[in-house]
Amino acid sequence: MAEQTGQEGGRREGQVVRVAGPLVVAKGLAGTKMYETVRVGKMKLFGEVIEIRGDQYSIQVYEETEGVGPGEPVVPSGAPLSVELGPGLVKAIYDGIQRPLDTLRNEFGDFIVRGAESPALDRKVKWTFEPKVAAGAEVVPGDVIGTVQESKLVLHKIMVPPGVSGKVAKIAKGEYTVEETVAVVETATGPRNLQMMQKWPVRHARQVVKKFPPTVPLVTGQRVIDMFFPMTKGGTACVPGPFGSGKTVVQHQLAKWADADIIVYVGCGERGNEMTDVLMEFPELADPKSGEPLMERTVLVANTSNMPVAAREASVFTGITIAEYFRDMGYDVAMMADSTSRWAEAMREISGRLEEMPGEEGYPAYLGSRIATFYERSGSVQCLGREERKGSLSIIGAVSPPGGDLSDPVVQATLRVVKVFWGLDASLAYQRHFPAISWLKSYSLYQQIVDEYADRELDKAWSGVRKEAMAILQREEELEELVRLVGLDALSAPDRLLMEASKSVREDFLHQNAFDDIDTYSSLKKQLLLLQTVLHFYAEATKSLQRGSGIDEIASLPIRDEISRAKLIKEQELDKFQKVMDGITEQCGKLGKAAVKAGA
Amino acid sequence: MDKEYLTIKEIAGPLLLVQDVRGISYGEIAELRLPNGQTRQARVLEVQEDNALVQVFEGTDGIATSGTKIRFLGRGQEFGVSPDIMGRVFDGFGRPIDDGPEIIPDKRLNINGNPINPFARDYPNEFIQTGISTIDVMNTLVRGQKLPIFSASGLPHSRLAAQIARQARVLKTGDRFAVVFAAMGITFEEANFFIEDFRRTGALQRAVLFINLADDPPIERIATPRMALTAAEYLAYELDIHVLIILTDMTNYCEALREISAARKEVPGRRGYPGYMYTDLSTIYERAGRIQGRNGSITQFPILTMPEDDKTHPIPDLTGYITEGQIILDRSINAKGIYPPVDVLPSLSRLKDKGIGQGKTRADHAGVMNQLYAAYARGKEAEELAVVLGEGALTPTDLLFMKFAGAFEQQFVRQGEDENRSIEQSLDLGWKLLGILPRSELKRVRDEYIEKYWRPAASADGAEKSEG
Repeated sequence: MAEQTGQEGGRREGQVVRVAGPLVVAKGLAGTKMYETVRVGKMKLFGEVIEIRGDQYSIQVYEETEGVGPGEPVVPSGAPLSVELGPGLVKAIYDGIQRPLDTLRNEFGDFIVRGAESPALDRKVKWTFEPKVAAGAEVVPGDVIGTVQESKLVLHKIMVPPGVSGKVAKIAKGEYTVEETVAVVETATGPRNLQMMQKWPVRHARQVVKKFPPTVPLVTGQRVIDMFFPMTKGGTACVPGPFGSGKTVVQHQLAKWADADIIVYVGCGERGNEMTDVLMEFPELADPKSGEPLMERTVLVANTSNMPVAAREASVFTGITIAEYFRDMGYDVAMMADSTSRWAEAMREISGRLEEMPGEEGYPAYLGSRIATFYERSGSVQCLGREERKGSLSIIGAVSPPGGDLSDPVVQATLRVVKVFWGLDASLAYQRHFPAISWLKSYSLYQQIVDEYADRELDKAWSGVRKEAMAILQREEELEELVRLVGLDALSAPDRLLMEASKSVREDFLHQNAFDDIDTYSSLKKQLLLLQTVLHFYAEATKSLQRGSGIDEIASLPIRDEISRAKLIKEQELDKFQKVMDGITEQCGKLGKAAVKAGA
Repeated sequence: MDKEYLTIKEIAGPLLLVQDVRGISYGEIAELRLPNGQTRQARVLEVQEDNALVQVFEGTDGIATSGTKIRFLGRGQEFGVSPDIMGRVFDGFGRPIDDGPEIIPDKRLNINGNPINPFARDYPNEFIQTGISTIDVMNTLVRGQKLPIFSASGLPHSRLAAQIARQARVLKTGDRFAVVFAAMGITFEEANFFIEDFRRTGALQRAVLFINLADDPPIERIATPRMALTAAEYLAYELDIHVLIILTDMTNYCEALREISAARKEVPGRRGYPGYMYTDLSTIYERAGRIQGRNGSITQFPILTMPEDDKTHPIPDLTGYITEGQIILDRSINAKGIYPPVDVLPSLSRLKDKGIGQGKTRADHAGVMNQLYAAYARGKEAEELAVVLGEGALTPTDLLFMKFAGAFEQQFVRQGEDENRSIEQSLDLGWKLLGILPRSELKRVRDEYIEKYWRPAASADGAEKSEG
């Protein structure tokens, strides 16, 4: 929790008048602003002003309020809810209001106790500051004055904070804590000391020069995503699905393999053990590019379901502000929020306590605009500063609709703003087809952008292959209905072959095992080769069919085993695909002729 | 603090409005004294200046606005713990009801507990053998997991839960083990079944029971699981005991939650359940787990009956979003006379992958599990097709899968109530059934394990005459 001390000073202390769950009403806080943070009661619980009516200040409290009663003091802090930004963020694990959970454990024990406080960035650690500008240089907000190698993967850029510009009077290489002055800037209003740590109110988007439409894919290594429903750097996506359909596994896979520089993972109102899983697994997993542990580029925000609901509401903002800060350095940042439904429920709970007029399903009427504002903080941008750095922030939100029902207000409000929809299908999960992303329901509005990019940068066959495979899957759906009525035998041979080909697309391409060392990640190149292999079989088999061979013969060709194992070909051995393709050509080729001979 | 008030102004449902109170805090416990000498407990739901809204646990019948005294105790709801709670039976408020002596507590703990710091958690990965094949092989339970049983009225979930409580053990020996049992709104008969079962098998000595029966106050039901979890946390984290906690029936708990929410005139969420039900349930379920550096653990087995067998009803739905999987009991399997009627297809244990394999169960476990699952799913599909189109429409392979599915239900799913199968026995049984299928169909298991364990059925179940 970052809190600035009020500069106005001498402000009066207020008094609690009402306590109802996480909502506390206080009086005597004249001058306190909307969204200002306060300390409530003798236990000094963290809270935030969310409504002002005359002298009645409604405060949402981030901690359990049992034991708080009327008459207890309320002290305003003078600042809105803010996060601390600077070296020390990477590899950290925070709660919803940026309290470091590792430090809390050391200081307060295994359980989260009330009123516990610890600075988000360690004040004692010394970081090696490497200046990037010399004394005498003119700087404006956003300019990088120096760098800190924060982790093996992250070079932390120290930027001039907003509102500061002028000539650098003093700057020196050295070992500093986040609070020590690393540079002095001579501004119009006098000298200003710069520290490595900045603060930023979480409910305000950080400034940028301008936004661009996204143009570059965010490669995730997940075949169904990259090939059929791609995401871009700076884009937005959502993953709705009922429980057990694999939302969290999809989110974890993206956090692991997405080709972003920084991952901010927000566990919002979800299971504690899932965060533990991330904490234990990420240090063990190697980034496919650098080979370094994935934890070296990850920031975690964990506000599990049993942690206070108001802090859950804040956790999403805490996460996105940290993500924006790294974007401002010129990095590609991806933020995962699991799950935005829990965030919306937190809003609903607070809104209910405020006795606001409810909208759909008891959610507040402003649900849609809050969700839109959140996703709108994504984007591909030009960062502040003279350097004209480009950065991007992609947001991937999980949604957990009740009973998997997509008419849920949170899903609908989300779909209005996000560009990619990965619809998880319970029946696929039930068949253990993972990732259970439905190829019939999902969509990506970035498909054309990514097709153009892949055709240009990777292989011009990309978009053609994708379209062909998708057409097969859609045709299968139509045929399935027929099969359900009249049985498989009633289909014509070409249609049965299409069913076989489609099954192969599903099982040999779309199905991807997140827990297999090789299968968990596929490069774009491998994805293309794999799909081409599957389609090559279809093409060759169609020829054999035309030459008169039977469908059962084709279906039982031994090469099909090799096709099904092709997804396990290692990235370093992609030339093996050629062998599989040759095998297909050979075996299918023989089939037709054998039939012709037998017939003759 | 010990001032008594006579200022009850309004009574509505279980709620009282008390005026002119001083120094009251949110969540505090109060004691009511009726003119006839009866006492009741209440909790502060809201305080506004000098008004307090309190909820009476035992209900408000017989309370008048005049003559009833209310005294605020200045503390939240607590449970007094000591090692002596083992083997005892309490009511939903933590008062002994087994004619035993009063507990002299070592300390009193607030029943709401504190959330475990996610950083302090240890990932659950120790296999618990329940002796039930459908759980051990297909939906493996690990220490610190919360794995609910989704049941429905008329299904034998109580018998299954009792069997698990009896048989559950960790392969590593020497650890201390206890069962905490919380009954919420169940009938006397059901509660008695558990108590007698624990007594019969000697499990009672290492059990702590909290009983809130169907005719006990619904509001007591809100406290019951928290009492039980507080006891469990004490046993697990202070006495280093591995605790298995059974919570039955969560549906009754949620109904009580709805009842109170309605009495408070809160804006209802889906089907009238309060909007905060997810958060409320999570404060129960998330109290399962393991903590780094502590020897004990809490494994939860909540039981809930799905209204109208509907998995999308808010109670199972929200539960499924919090718990780490679910064991689903199925009416049609039950109708075939198979006990336990576990439908393995929609059942799931999210933590199974970390608890199985070499050194934990057996190296072939994952492969066998996937193969059994896939084969059973295919067999069930074939069965459905056979119903529509007749067996003649099936390929010979599909017929074999259909035969497999039948044998799987009859031999693997079905087991005796006192039949405690070791994990090896269960896995071997799985292999025996896979013998029905041709070897070329076993694509989910590695060849080395097929070599080692797989034998064609001719020798394995040659004794069976029904299959000709």
